[in-house]
Amino acid sequence: MTDVTLPFAPPLDAGGGSYLDEGHTILSWLTTTDHKRIAILYALSITLFFFIGGVAIGLVRLELISPTGLFLTSDEYNRLFTIHGIIMVWFFLVPSIPATMGNFILPMMIGAPDVAFPRLNLLSWYLYVGGAAFTVYVLLSGGVDTGWTFYPPFSSDYSHSNVIAAAAGVFVVGFSSIATGVNFLATIHMLRCPGMTWFRLPLFAWSMYVVSMVMVLATPVLAMSLLLISAERYFGLPIFDPRAGGDPLLFQHLFWFYSHPAVYIMILPAMGVVSEVFACFARRRVFGYGFMVFSLMTIGVVGFMVWGHHMFVAGQSPLANLVFSFLSFIVAVPSAIKVFNWTATLYRGHIGFEAPMIYALGFLGLFTIGGLTGLFLASVPIDIATTDSYFVVAHFHTIMVGGTVSAFMAGIHYWWPKVTGKLYNEFWAQFAAITMFLGFNVTFLPQFVMGWLGMPRRYHYYPDVFQIWHILSSGGAVILAVAYLMPLVYLTWSLFYGEKSPGNPWHATGLEWQTPSPPPKSNFLRPPRVNAEPYDYHDFGRAEETGDESRARPQGDAS
Amino acid sequence: MSDAAGALREPWPNLQLQRQGVGLGMWMFLASEVLFFAALFCGYAVYRSFNAEAFRIASAHTEIVYGSINTVLLLTSSLTMTVALRAATVQLRGLTLFCLAATAALGAAFLVCKGLEYHEDLKQHLFPGPHFPLSPPATQMFWGFYWIMTGIHAVHLTGGILVVLLVFTLFKRRTVPVQGSTMEGVAIYWHFVDSVWLVLYPLLYLAGRP
Repeated sequence: MTDVTLPFAPPLDAGGGSYLDEGHTILSWLTTTDHKRIAILYALSITLFFFIGGVAIGLVRLELISPTGLFLTSDEYNRLFTIHGIIMVWFFLVPSIPATMGNFILPMMIGAPDVAFPRLNLLSWYLYVGGAAFTVYVLLSGGVDTGWTFYPPFSSDYSHSNVIAAAAGVFVVGFSSIATGVNFLATIHMLRCPGMTWFRLPLFAWSMYVVSMVMVLATPVLAMSLLLISAERYFGLPIFDPRAGGDPLLFQHLFWFYSHPAVYIMILPAMGVVSEVFACFARRRVFGYGFMVFSLMTIGVVGFMVWGHHMFVAGQSPLANLVFSFLSFIVAVPSAIKVFNWTATLYRGHIGFEAPMIYALGFLGLFTIGGLTGLFLASVPIDIATTDSYFVVAHFHTIMVGGTVSAFMAGIHYWWPKVTGKLYNEFWAQFAAITMFLGFNVTFLPQFVMGWLGMPRRYHYYPDVFQIWHILSSGGAVILAVAYLMPLVYLTWSLFYGEKSPGNPWHATGLEWQTPSPPPKSNFLRPPRVNAEPYDYHDFGRAEETGDESRARPQGDAS
Repeated sequence: MSDAAGALREPWPNLQLQRQGVGLGMWMFLASEVLFFAALFCGYAVYRSFNAEAFRIASAHTEIVYGSINTVLLLTSSLTMTVALRAATVQLRGLTLFCLAATAALGAAFLVCKGLEYHEDLKQHLFPGPHFPLSPPATQMFWGFYWIMTGIHAVHLTGGILVVLLVFTLFKRRTVPVQGSTMEGVAIYWHFVDSVWLVLYPLLYLAGRP
């Protein structure tokens, strides 16, 4: 990039207030185009939806303690797990890291004063909140009983619930996703500060780049499949109706063409977050930076070619099964490269067990388990035996909850001082991180076992032999719930009574830390300039034996 | 020049980069739109290969005259849009405004024509349902796609017309100077909606016709 002066960057001695002082009214927040404030709007709304989805599954787990149910009718049970699925997938996991941390940190990380299209950014939040709130209203007032996947013919002919309304809400939220993706892509392409070349981008920025690409290219296909289902339901157009030559399987193809890449929309940002955290708390360069970048991209690309592994038993041709199975195994290669590189990053590092690091280490272990059980499911014979069992449920929760939510928490804790300028209570944060790891395992390891033994997913009533596993799992869910509630308390507490944070409490090298915490409205006090590779925590070729935190060289000059 | 300064928006360092940025963003969005329609085309292709004969019978009943007039209208609107963009770049304000108005008018003419065609179709009960006149049953599939494809295209075009009218008003009141980055995005979007029609026209009106 050429040397450009940034007219919207403030003069050298701007000093003074942070972005939080730019207006205290509700209206000033609701009309803001500042990416940092929009990130906070997102964070608040996402947290709200997360707890609604959590309460829904809490009731389901309570119900499942008894083989014959405790207090729900089967219809209510169906609606509850649908609420959980729809909310957690579309209103929490998909926007979780990109819309909050991506929005807040990404522009700062690459030295930009804001995202490329600030007003589009605000619009995307309104689309998200509008669509999500509408869907949640539909789910709570009447409910939808199709599961989050909306498979026809159930969703087209048989369901008596509000399928179209729920689909419309998800459709709108999809556009919020696309808007965020377009915004990030333009930001990363056009607004990197002088010196920030592509291969100096921190891995979190790379993960945002790849995930934006996937969002932009996959989400519209979901929009179309939901639109077709709605057209079939409302206008009676026989798109997926075999009586008129249609094929219900086509819906599954279109749906998973989005929904499998959506899994990568959830996990890629998580990989970006933990890469930052591992480097910082092990005081090490990320091992194999180039490989990390290319494996992110490979996962993004190959992720588009594996959707058929959701349909091994749905009547796909054996040839298609074979090809999709092979391609699904291929995804394991870049994923394994990442796991090995994170491990190698820790090797001979000066590891500190601060809360973000504990969450990140939890991510590493759980993501590995989730990935390995994914290999079981990518193999056709094993998948046929375990399809629609709790084994599948446990597998994808290990990736999404164990992986993404752990990384989400790691990121929240890592950047909390940056965002708020306050320090949280380290002891409680570490305690919550460990509790979450334990709670997670108590919840989902029994599900692996009972799934393997033959317990089908989504069943309301089940044979007595599975009861012990269900009770264990529900007990684990209680621990998990406590682990989720704790941060809510101590983080809120830190806002009011927390110790004031220094600008760079972790002695991190990223550009986002080379500015006051909380940052000023235009992110930097003077136009930033990057003059080094990322993660310069120690000299090349020489590992640190002692933890000299002052050794870390910032990636650029901005203060 | 105060006009150019007014066109520059946060967070862009200069107008040239901003124009490139808007162009890039719009292309990314169009990539998304292409995938949106791709799902539809993919469904059409699959079902056409399953039910070739039924699709041939069904497609003979589309109104090719309306379809062809509409193709001419949209292609002409693309011409006026291109002229509008060029005129805006060299700051011919009057010509830009005139061409934008012409574009919106041609787009509206397309919608009117489409409405007349829909009316004809409905008179012949060509909407899938109990009174559908054609057989075998898979002919309904073709007409299902016909309604969805043309409907979604019409929604896109309506959006396009509204945006063109909005931009026209903003330019007219000098709220936004014509040489800003706005025209770039609008023009790219308009051409995209046109090119979708260029795919729909052969799929719905030409293929399978003797």
